Amino acid sequence: MARLIEKTPCEALLPVTCGALTLSEVVGDRVTSVAPFRGQTTKLAAALKKLGLGWPGPNSALAAEGAAIVWTGRDQAFLIGAEAESLVGLAALTDQSDGWARLRLAGPGAADVLARLVPLDLRGFAPGQAARSQLGHMMMVLTMPESGVFEIMVFRSMAATAVQEIHHAMRAMAARAAV
Amino acid sequence: MRIAGRGLVDRGASVGFRFDGREHVGFAGDTLASALLAGGTRLLGRSFKYHRPRGVMTAGSEEPNALVTVGQGAASIPNVRATMQEIFPGLDAKSQNRWPSLGFDAMQVNDLLSPFFSAGFYYKTFMWPRAFWERLYEPAIRRAAGLGALSGKHNEDAYEKAFAFCDLLVIGSGPAGLMAALTAARAGADVILAEEDARMGGRLLAETEEVGGKPGHAWASEVLAELGAMANVRLMTRTTVTGAYDGGTFGALERVGLHLANAPADLPRECFWRIVARRAILASGAHERQIAFPMNDRPGIMTAGAVRAYLNRWGVAAGRRVAIFGNNDDAHRTARDLVSAGVEVAALIDVRDDAPQPAGYRLIAGGQVTGTRGRLGLREITVATSSGEERIEVDCLAVSGGWNPALHLACHMNGRPAWDETIAAFVPKPGMVPGLTACGAAAGTMTTAAALAEGRRAAEAALSDLGVAAKAVDLPQAENGGTRIRAFWEVTEGKGRAWLDFANDVTTKDVRLAAQENYRSVEHMKRYTTQGMAPDQGKNSNIAALAVLADATGRGIPETGTTTFRPPYVPVSIAAMGAGGQGAGFAPQRYTTSHAASAERGAPMIEAGLWYRPSYFPRPGETTWREACDREVMAVRQSVGVCDVSTLGKIDIQGKDAARFLDLVYTNTFSSLPVGRVRYGLMLREDGLVLDDGTTARLGDDHYLTTTTTAAAGLVMRHLEFVHQAHCPDWDVRMISVTEHWAQFAIAGPKARDLLNSMLLAPLDDGAFPFMGCGEIEIRGVPARLFRISFSGEAGYEIAVPARFGEGLFRDLVARAESMGGAAYGMEALNVLRIEKGFITHAEIHGRTTAFDIGLQGMVSKKKDCIGKAASERPGLSGAQREQLVGLRPVQPAKGFGAGSHLFNKDAKAVSANDQGYVTSVCWSPTLKTHLGLAFLKDGRARHGETVRLVDHLRGTDILCEVVNPVFFDPEGGRARG
Repeated sequence: MARLIEKTPCEALLPVTCGALTLSEVVGDRVTSVAPFRGQTTKLAAALKKLGLGWPGPNSALAAEGAAIVWTGRDQAFLIGAEAESLVGLAALTDQSDGWARLRLAGPGAADVLARLVPLDLRGFAPGQAARSQLGHMMMVLTMPESGVFEIMVFRSMAATAVQEIHHAMRAMAARAAV
Repeated sequence: MRIAGRGLVDRGASVGFRFDGREHVGFAGDTLASALLAGGTRLLGRSFKYHRPRGVMTAGSEEPNALVTVGQGAASIPNVRATMQEIFPGLDAKSQNRWPSLGFDAMQVNDLLSPFFSAGFYYKTFMWPRAFWERLYEPAIRRAAGLGALSGKHNEDAYEKAFAFCDLLVIGSGPAGLMAALTAARAGADVILAEEDARMGGRLLAETEEVGGKPGHAWASEVLAELGAMANVRLMTRTTVTGAYDGGTFGALERVGLHLANAPADLPRECFWRIVARRAILASGAHERQIAFPMNDRPGIMTAGAVRAYLNRWGVAAGRRVAIFGNNDDAHRTARDLVSAGVEVAALIDVRDDAPQPAGYRLIAGGQVTGTRGRLGLREITVATSSGEERIEVDCLAVSGGWNPALHLACHMNGRPAWDETIAAFVPKPGMVPGLTACGAAAGTMTTAAALAEGRRAAEAALSDLGVAAKAVDLPQAENGGTRIRAFWEVTEGKGRAWLDFANDVTTKDVRLAAQENYRSVEHMKRYTTQGMAPDQGKNSNIAALAVLADATGRGIPETGTTTFRPPYVPVSIAAMGAGGQGAGFAPQRYTTSHAASAERGAPMIEAGLWYRPSYFPRPGETTWREACDREVMAVRQSVGVCDVSTLGKIDIQGKDAARFLDLVYTNTFSSLPVGRVRYGLMLREDGLVLDDGTTARLGDDHYLTTTTTAAAGLVMRHLEFVHQAHCPDWDVRMISVTEHWAQFAIAGPKARDLLNSMLLAPLDDGAFPFMGCGEIEIRGVPARLFRISFSGEAGYEIAVPARFGEGLFRDLVARAESMGGAAYGMEALNVLRIEKGFITHAEIHGRTTAFDIGLQGMVSKKKDCIGKAASERPGLSGAQREQLVGLRPVQPAKGFGAGSHLFNKDAKAVSANDQGYVTSVCWSPTLKTHLGLAFLKDGRARHGETVRLVDHLRGTDILCEVVNPVFFDPEGGRARG
């Protein structure tokens, strides 16, 4: 039987480039929210270690082969890439795969572009860190999967606004460099 | 006139610009003020109240007179200081506040009538006749008032906001600031050096003194070259720090594109920065004061330091024959510099009898300027000494009454400065802004050598606070002359008004009048006279006005005190502070997965919260929204309709205490809900009024899915989080929003089951999905959730699929529905369907209604507690006096009415004392062929069958309605259960 057609959150919006900066979409991974049940934190951490990860402390992210776990709030993290079957019963799990637009900003001056939209001190933001903050007026999860490359997660419904505002900041920075 | 061999402008780069329609030429590096002065243009504006001719007075952002409008059309900016506007090819500037021209301004008649326009005149006049105030006086005053005007057109230019963080913020790049920045930068700290001017160096650019054995500006260039090469230094020119806030946060306005011809479209004109600094150093220098003397406001009367700046930085002599008037040694530097440049100095009038004897120019010691002449430009001054009076012909008078440290930022957290007798000025006190230290002239330290030393010392102290080791930084040689001053505020001899606040046209007479009328406090004097309330915010007049007030009230200056300094330090355009918020940028747009398909069908959108939802789907030939809406309603009642309901909040709740938690937040019981069922629930606020209603599905023993109304989803989530964290933090329950992951569509109508079955491999087992049942199914190869619920009152389902399939599913459902004689339906039809069934929305549960009011008091379980239950039982929240939910049918079915109409007894007068209630929702019902309304009516449930009078005072409606049961259609509810 023919399946329904799939669309990604930023389909037709990305990628965009501006000088040496690129904004592109990250797709394909399963994203599961993980919130440990009472008394299960140790077992949960052990189960996550078996996946090559662990339980991330506040403002941190752990990565393994093809998988990552990102702190997203109080007693909450997003498991990305790996399947969550081994965590059933240890934590509340929900599928978040389609709820978020994942944007990747790469190139020299990426931090200066984000300085137009993000009220955080990004000096020294490095792989292994995670932050919940604002992108303009949107709520976001910020990580750095590799040095110099930012991954920004915003609600799927706000993808168009996020792309527009980041692209606008990219063009504004390019205009400054040109004068 | 331009002086050969002087100034730092680039004489090889000439720049053409326009002022008041005439072409002028300057050099790259000129400001509008310096270029116009170079060409002999002295008249730049007309004063606020009296429309007196005015010219450039200063060389900085404190300029009170030379305010011009730059640019044309929507891009024009009023009240630009000519002293700050860099010229560029094609710059087009115009003077303000004059008609028909700068040379002849009709409103200068105000000057002749000046005795009637003294301080507070508008509190004493324009009182009679009363009717004339709104019709004549106010419009006339409004037209006459104001400096500069907005274009009235929508501004399309780009503005920007940005955030920056550093270890040390240095404010000002004169000698103190440069030393501070250098000291901190060499130690490896992250430094931001902010300078208001286009070029760094502060007064080193304006003076001839040497630093480190070379011209001051050359030494500055070397330091800046070193700073510019360091990765830990950010140099921000054209950036004014506008405010000091909590937590080391500073606001700053950067002029990014206002000095460029043909700026690229993407370049922001301005950027408003929020800078967070662990430590800050205020090296903002000082502003020179005027002296109040009769007729001291003519074009050509400037501050002595500004005359030096125009000569030394821009190579411009502000006059051909210059006199200087002062009370301190600093004024003599102007005379010396002018003489050395070959400009004629007629005399230096020093109020001190013991003024230092000069070489090269005439000194009149113990003299005062008692009058001036030259309406469109200074041509003569009158000088009085003990031996008599003389008139001197001059076209420029350079005045120095002393220097005021620019301490405004230090006072932004309500600290008051201290009076320093030795310099006759206020200075900042330590600790007024935590983490901020003033140094150099900003702290009252007036020599270059001392400023350099203080800058280094302040940086070393900051580094020590930050735990960073300082590296050695040598102090260059510099002048350490010191300057004597005799406090002197006004000349009391001579005839004519003496100005204090040039920008708001406030004179010494006005301040005396205020004191005389008992406005003796400096705060009252300020508001009564408007001194200090103009664009320069008193930078040129505060101290002198204070001195006059002190004298008039028999106090000293320290006891009279200062007013409060507030951000912003200079005017900031609202476009910069609101950057990114223009037009649609005001808020994020949230789009559903069906948005593109809906937009293709021409559906107009409404906003629910931040979501865009289709209002109706017009078909070719339909000319009004009602036609589409009526058709969509009948499609749902007779066939099948498809509607995107993804926007409703969906909260996933799991854990051993999930059931218990829902019993706590809902009025009714959810622990008794079987797995695979959905129940309607009511949630109260802690004050007992209704927060939200919705359905919650039980997906598993410890797994629930709660829905909320679209616009309040965030509010409900926050409420649930608060209840969990504050009231039951030990309970084993976890919650998270899944609104975005699932795209959800309602299919409703007699053919809904047929439509659903056409999507499935095998027809749906009705036993597995009775009315209010739920569970997992597979739809077109995709795992989905199915809920058998209805908001339309028809047989219906809601299908949820992961959002990646949302668009595909919507298009498929609508195509199938249309081929079955049905349609996609939007918010208008959704609203009609639910009103026909008496279902409430937040139009009815608007925050001031109780469960009793909406007739759902039976849903508040007697067997358990819940959030808000105790408060809901307070006296007055139930009973016959309450306005209760009813339905309304107009006695004449075709008579429509609006939400917000009020209800009265049939024969009562329609006044608020007789108010019986109000209408919350209305529609035309194509099903019942009548207008309908939902309303709240006092004791409404006991009044079914009564006729009431409905009046809409705003829209002019006055009709009779019958009060009925709000469930107008299918009251037994059989259609949904079928």
